[in-house]
Amino acid sequence: MIRLRLPVRAASIRPPLARGLRAQLVLVFLLVSALSALTAAAFTFRQGRTAIVERAQADALQELRAHLTARAPDLPADPAEADLRTLARQLDRAAGTRGGRTALSYRGGPLITAGAQAPPLPAQLRAQAASATTALAQRFHHAQTPWLAVALPVIAAARPDNPPPLIVYASFSLASQQQDVDTLAAAARSGALPVALASIVLALLAARRLLRPVRQLRTAAERMAGGRLDTRVNVTGDDELADLGRTFNTMAATLQADAAALRAMEARARRFAADVSHELRTPLAAMAAVTEVLDADAASGRLAPLTAEALHLVSDETRKLTRLVEDLIEVSRFDAGAAVLNLDEVDLGEFIAKTLALRHWQDRVRIDVPSGLRARLDPRRVDVILANLAGNALRHGGAAVSVLIQVRAGIDQITIAVSDDGPGIPADLLPHVFDRFTKADAARTRTDGSGLGLAIATENARLHGGTLTAANAPHGGAILTLTLPRHPP
Amino acid sequence: MTRVLLIEDDPAVRRGVSLGLRHRGHETLLVATGEDGLAELIASAPEIVLLDLMLPGMSGLETCRRIRAFSQVPIVILSARDDDVDVVVGLEAGADDYVIKPASSEVIEARMRAVLRRTTQPAAPGQARTTHGDLLIDRIALRVLKHGAQLALAPTELKLLLFLSAAPEQTFSRQQLLEQVWEHSFHGDYRLVDACVMRLRGKIEDDPRDPRYIQTVRGFGYRFGPL
Repeated sequence: MIRLRLPVRAASIRPPLARGLRAQLVLVFLLVSALSALTAAAFTFRQGRTAIVERAQADALQELRAHLTARAPDLPADPAEADLRTLARQLDRAAGTRGGRTALSYRGGPLITAGAQAPPLPAQLRAQAASATTALAQRFHHAQTPWLAVALPVIAAARPDNPPPLIVYASFSLASQQQDVDTLAAAARSGALPVALASIVLALLAARRLLRPVRQLRTAAERMAGGRLDTRVNVTGDDELADLGRTFNTMAATLQADAAALRAMEARARRFAADVSHELRTPLAAMAAVTEVLDADAASGRLAPLTAEALHLVSDETRKLTRLVEDLIEVSRFDAGAAVLNLDEVDLGEFIAKTLALRHWQDRVRIDVPSGLRARLDPRRVDVILANLAGNALRHGGAAVSVLIQVRAGIDQITIAVSDDGPGIPADLLPHVFDRFTKADAARTRTDGSGLGLAIATENARLHGGTLTAANAPHGGAILTLTLPRHPP
Repeated sequence: MTRVLLIEDDPAVRRGVSLGLRHRGHETLLVATGEDGLAELIASAPEIVLLDLMLPGMSGLETCRRIRAFSQVPIVILSARDDDVDVVVGLEAGADDYVIKPASSEVIEARMRAVLRRTTQPAAPGQARTTHGDLLIDRIALRVLKHGAQLALAPTELKLLLFLSAAPEQTFSRQQLLEQVWEHSFHGDYRLVDACVMRLRGKIEDDPRDPRYIQTVRGFGYRFGPL
């Protein structure tokens, strides 16, 4: 995603890149550290719990065995239920501190207890104990507390091979052990949390360190995109990011050199055009002053027809050349940034009427201007623009063309639309009408215009802080729209 | 027929302009430098001077200043379009109008004629001599006196003052003034008006920075008075 968007809109990737990489780094750090902390804690917890429970079990068995060893010899060879109950009570009393509950079973008979209610023994334990020769233990849950039940078969010394006649069961609550285990778990948890937090801080620090060169590169790339081709990044170290930085610097240097070379070439070309125009102007000034003499002689009828025609040709082309050179010089002035606005406030209706009247177009062009609309503009330059637009419409629209200049005032701009009902602008030409030396009809390249008219009009509009656009109306004909700000720069 | 002094260093332009003007029936005096131009001006007393701005040696601007130091002969500058700043300086130095080269002799002659026409309107009866504050304006003798002393006004300065003072307290836009005083039918160069007003103020006002006679109406133009 990011790679795709990068070249398109460099500015828009700023937050996702920084947050994305940092977030990913922090997340990975956090996962790794949490996993290791959890594993360590879980292992410790398991080991601790097993140790606690086994110790409790061993203690219980040992105690029970000790008490039994002390009491069992007192039991008659074939004890009655009362004897067994007495033994159970004695054992209960002996195990009082531990809170054990004792139950006796003689020769598979029913469980005999001292009276205190003990949790029911797990059936599995009883089944195993019936044939067991060693002590058995089983953990079970009763009333949501863990219990440990042990079974200790008492073997008659005389007949060790027979199944044990007496089995002593004892149940102990493991509540206190459970508490220990809970404490252990809490300790593991409270140990893991700071580790995770510490890992976030570490991850942020690492991300910062890692991302600093990335951020620098991004800032540098943005500056480059903004046209500051002299931008370079500081490269330290020898890692992949440093390599990237060096590559960036090389690229920037190449770009800068190329741009400088291009600019120099362009400046040379423009200076050449300006110089040529200026050099042409002096001989033209001499020729322009004498075209009248030629015209007069050619029209006098005293010359041979061929000579007269030649004189006409020279005089006409001199006038065209003069206009071309004037336009070229005007264009060079725009290129050199030497064109300045001389603003004045005018009544637009009067102004446009004058522009048309000067060229005797007042009968061929209709005007639609809100009366009394005043505008601040450079009269000479806007006159040039309007004369160009109206002149083009009249020239290219055909013999019976109808041209309309429509002015509309907005809050902070004024639009002047020059429309005609002619054939319109060919679609392939539309994007290029404001280019220099674009001519509407390739077969008819020599018209009255120099080919610079619309280019100069555009520059004049731009100088006002306005725009000039060309389009074809949906019902036919061309519309050229001049937009001027109400408060030019 | 007008006697024209043409100060132009390029021989082809000099010959071309001279040919065009002679074809239109004028007499031309041709010189190549400002120094020669000053000498010829004294020796031959031409009716108008056509002055190229780009001259070797003494520049066109300097020549213009030196001429104005002793003569109010009409001066029309021959300028190239890219000498824009020089045109303003030339107008401030006292030139009456300018023509951008290359120009046909028809255009050059039209500018000459406009500058040479002494007044913009005939003096109405009873308005031949009027007094405005310290100024006495004589529309018959075409002269202006301040405190009884005649002021040396260049042709356009005089025409502008006559035009404005003929309708005291009426505001004229710069475009109107260009059309009436300079006879520019084109959307002309307002700097002609501004430069001329500046020069005129320097000659008739007591304090050119706080003018009484030629007042600026911001956003509209200029008016004469009120005093």
